[in-house]
Amino acid sequence: MDFYGINPAVLIASLMVASVPIMLAAIGELVVEKAGVLNLGVEGMMIMGAVCGFITAVHTGSPWAGFLGGAAGAMAISLIFALLTQVFLANQVATGLAMTLFGLGLSSLMGQGYNGIKPPAMADVPLGPLEDIPFIGRAFLSHDAMVYVSILIVAGVWAVLKYSRVGLILRAVGENHDAAHALGYKVRRIRVLAILFGAAMAGLGGAYVSLVRVPQWTDGITAGAGWIALAIVVFASWKPWRVLIGAYLFGGITVLQLNLQAAGARIPVEYLSMSPYLITILVLVIMSSGKGRAGLNAPAALGQNFHASR
Amino acid sequence: MFTLEKRPTPSKAWAWGTPFLAVALTMVAGGLLFAALGKDPFAVVRTIFWDPLFGEFARYLRGQLLVKAAPLTLIAVGLALGFRAGIWNIGAEGQYIIGAITGAAIGLAVYPTESRWIFPLMILGGAFGGWVWAMIPALLRTKFNTNEILVSLMLVYVAETILSKAATGFLRNPEGMGFPGSRSFSSYAAAGNPELIAGTGLHWGVVAALIAVIWAYVLLQRHLLGYQIKLAGQAPRAARFAGVSADRLVMLCMGMSGALAGLAGLFEVTGPAGQISIDFNVGYGFTAIIVAFLGRLNPFGILLAALLMALTYVGGEMAATNLGLPSSAIRVFQGMLLFFLLAVDLLSNYRIRLAGAAREVR
Amino acid sequence: MKRRTLLASAATALGLTLSGTAWAEGMDKVKACFVYVGPIGDGGWTYQHDQGRLAVIEKFGDKVDASTYQESVPEGADAERVLTQMALGGCNIIFTTSFGYMDATNAVAKKFPNVKFEHATGFKREAPNVSTYNARFYEGRAVEGLIAGRMTKSNKIGYIGSFPIPEVVMGINAYYLNAKKVNPDVELTVVWAYTWFDPAKEADAAKAMIEQGVDVIASHTDSTAPLAEAAKSNGAVIGFGQASDMAEYKPSPRVTSIIDNWGPYYIDRVGALLDGTYEQADVWAGIKGGEVLIGEITEAVPAEVKAEAEKLRDDIASGAYHPFTGPINKQDGSPWLAEGQTAPDGDLLGMNFYVEGISGDIPQ
Repeated sequence: MDFYGINPAVLIASLMVASVPIMLAAIGELVVEKAGVLNLGVEGMMIMGAVCGFITAVHTGSPWAGFLGGAAGAMAISLIFALLTQVFLANQVATGLAMTLFGLGLSSLMGQGYNGIKPPAMADVPLGPLEDIPFIGRAFLSHDAMVYVSILIVAGVWAVLKYSRVGLILRAVGENHDAAHALGYKVRRIRVLAILFGAAMAGLGGAYVSLVRVPQWTDGITAGAGWIALAIVVFASWKPWRVLIGAYLFGGITVLQLNLQAAGARIPVEYLSMSPYLITILVLVIMSSGKGRAGLNAPAALGQNFHASR
Repeated sequence: MFTLEKRPTPSKAWAWGTPFLAVALTMVAGGLLFAALGKDPFAVVRTIFWDPLFGEFARYLRGQLLVKAAPLTLIAVGLALGFRAGIWNIGAEGQYIIGAITGAAIGLAVYPTESRWIFPLMILGGAFGGWVWAMIPALLRTKFNTNEILVSLMLVYVAETILSKAATGFLRNPEGMGFPGSRSFSSYAAAGNPELIAGTGLHWGVVAALIAVIWAYVLLQRHLLGYQIKLAGQAPRAARFAGVSADRLVMLCMGMSGALAGLAGLFEVTGPAGQISIDFNVGYGFTAIIVAFLGRLNPFGILLAALLMALTYVGGEMAATNLGLPSSAIRVFQGMLLFFLLAVDLLSNYRIRLAGAAREVR
Repeated sequence: MKRRTLLASAATALGLTLSGTAWAEGMDKVKACFVYVGPIGDGGWTYQHDQGRLAVIEKFGDKVDASTYQESVPEGADAERVLTQMALGGCNIIFTTSFGYMDATNAVAKKFPNVKFEHATGFKREAPNVSTYNARFYEGRAVEGLIAGRMTKSNKIGYIGSFPIPEVVMGINAYYLNAKKVNPDVELTVVWAYTWFDPAKEADAAKAMIEQGVDVIASHTDSTAPLAEAAKSNGAVIGFGQASDMAEYKPSPRVTSIIDNWGPYYIDRVGALLDGTYEQADVWAGIKGGEVLIGEITEAVPAEVKAEAEKLRDDIASGAYHPFTGPINKQDGSPWLAEGQTAPDGDLLGMNFYVEGISGDIPQ
């Protein structure tokens, strides 16, 4: 089962962990964008989630409380975005970017004094004998709970968007806010809720970085994961399951390139380290040029502010 | 409660007034933050906004504002053209890097030849490099309908990898004892971009930025292409009926913004930065996106917005060094300023009325 | 009064160069300033420089003002501006703590002949008021290598490299040679992270190595993420603190550490300025000068290995042993150092080759 001395089961296991933060942040942003809001501040929300989650976990001693704290911290900062874009009708692109700048600074201020502390550890989900199943046990069944929670969230978002009335309203708001408004839906309120949901997911993703993936707090710990999450939403052409695929693909290639290096593959390192981005572009080109014309799947009102003229 | 009523045309008075209002609000909110951090809020605010312009070292620092604002202006002016047409190039950082590398490579290839043609050639090379890097997302968008936001962003990371390879490999200074980084352009006159007047911060990049502002203004106001750009952004369907080729606009707008970002990179690497190094890029490409919007996508507005951003950088640095403020507090302060600028923009585009009054009017 | 002197020094900066002999008599009070490449909260490189700054304050008290520093200064134009501001602001001595500040330091130093500049890890001293200083981190790598060679059970040891530059290559070679010396079967795996600081990526790199059977990991990147990853192995994998002690991972996986200890040097230079003995210098000290500290070797290391490592440390300090002592061949088999010959500093500072026995290529 080995190639280049890399065990696929182990590779799958590590890519599942590596993908959690970007998957969570991306599924949150997908909901936001489905509602017609383009929030480029994912990185800022993630890092706020990372620092708030870390601080909460250290003081309560519970990683679960930490995840809640992370989600809350990211939601708090996203309220600024919601206020500016939904009430003050400010440009969404610029506001999102400003939020990233703000979040990076604020997280660094808040995190002073938390460097070099170990957060409480998060245990793997005990699955007993299931973990001993050859291959499957190692690859899929020996993870911490957030790995599974993140997949469940993706499934939940998919089901809600596809089957529920809430999903229908959300999509209506994102496709044509004037029509949705005419039908009596509260466009602004729905968008604010979507923004808060997206922030909560980004916060969970950020907290996963500081509590499980790296476990520690240092300035700038999310190191650009928020931008990757944004890319994955577009890559997924706004379809929830494709977010899962996109996150696994990106996480997988990132892990694989380091594994290939460690295994001594004679491929120049610089090509390996740019490969996740190049392959993402390549896959995107293939997908968007196919029959489905995935690039046209963007919500029609994405990035446009809504102002009820009546 | 109040309601908003969209103005038929943005208010001129508020368009000039809002930036000052935003700065004032930021001073208040920032002052509270600094006070919470145990610093004298008045001293900090004065250090950020007053000292770089009129303080005792202003003669030096005013020039530094130009150094900082020039690349932001060059990049943002290009981006604004695309943004106006609904074309989202957010990978200017990558185009900036590649422009710097290609331009620098020309100069380094002919080292140590002294000729007056070298620097102009490098300028062309820098613009070409940025243009090529922007053509990748442009072509993928027009040929395969691939989203340009994603592709241009991904190419930033690719460009960063190429940059570190350039600094440690193919552009490394052969006399640098194996250390990363290219030869220094400050000691290679034919390829250098020194201050034109010593102590003023004025270099060719500043000149280019001013030219770009005027050029973009003329393009938008007086040229058919400028009209097409604005039409495509405001009414895509109408633009199509009017015979505007969407593909052509994508190629032109991406190309122009890429070339300008490449130019910014070239002027930076030959002048203020001085050499290709692993960490040569400092985020101008991303900051320029904010600058473009702060300037309301208007070339002259962008120039002012870039100067304001530069002021917060330079003044913020002074506050950090002289008053012991953490650098993260400065970033929070910049974030606040942007938030307030964006929020008060409302006043120039909308009229605020009390709900009761609005009903009476109807 | 103070404003006046500041204005005078500003005038100096803007062209009216005065000759700078005033310092020879010593000073009553020194203003020492610091430029950092990262945030103090990085827990590694910048944090340690800041510890050095605090050591200066502790040592000299009222005689020194070391309250001025600037975090996260990008290299290039921004560094030049920050340096100029500091010089204008009355700093007497400025420590620039990253390689990338080399040209900026020299350029500003020429404009301010009365201010002393101290540049870490560089080699350019274009003005008489620029000194350079560095630490022989490779000496610490040798101690790590010995422990790695003795402790590995799989005979696979790993090294997370940041960028392929001489400083890192030197560390890799020292680590490998001294592991090989005590364990001829040892194999080295190098992963290039192409970053100084990206905790998630560093964790992934460590994980990838662990999956390849590597059980001792040294890293040249700044975060504790590789140690955190090793900690998940329940003692099967060990690693080392890098730049700072990283004591929170004691006793295992962190079995020892290389601590960048800049305090002694900073105290030395500021002290020299105070008493008038300051001279331009190029200092490359190591374990001997106290710049490189070997952190406590924990009980996870057997007593005899610990004793051996401590002896190696002491031999390096006393000069009895040099981590690069011939015969050593380059990777391609061509001879580098003859029997008994030790590496000249020039070779080390420009090192761009692996020694014999390491597989893989240095990215070029």
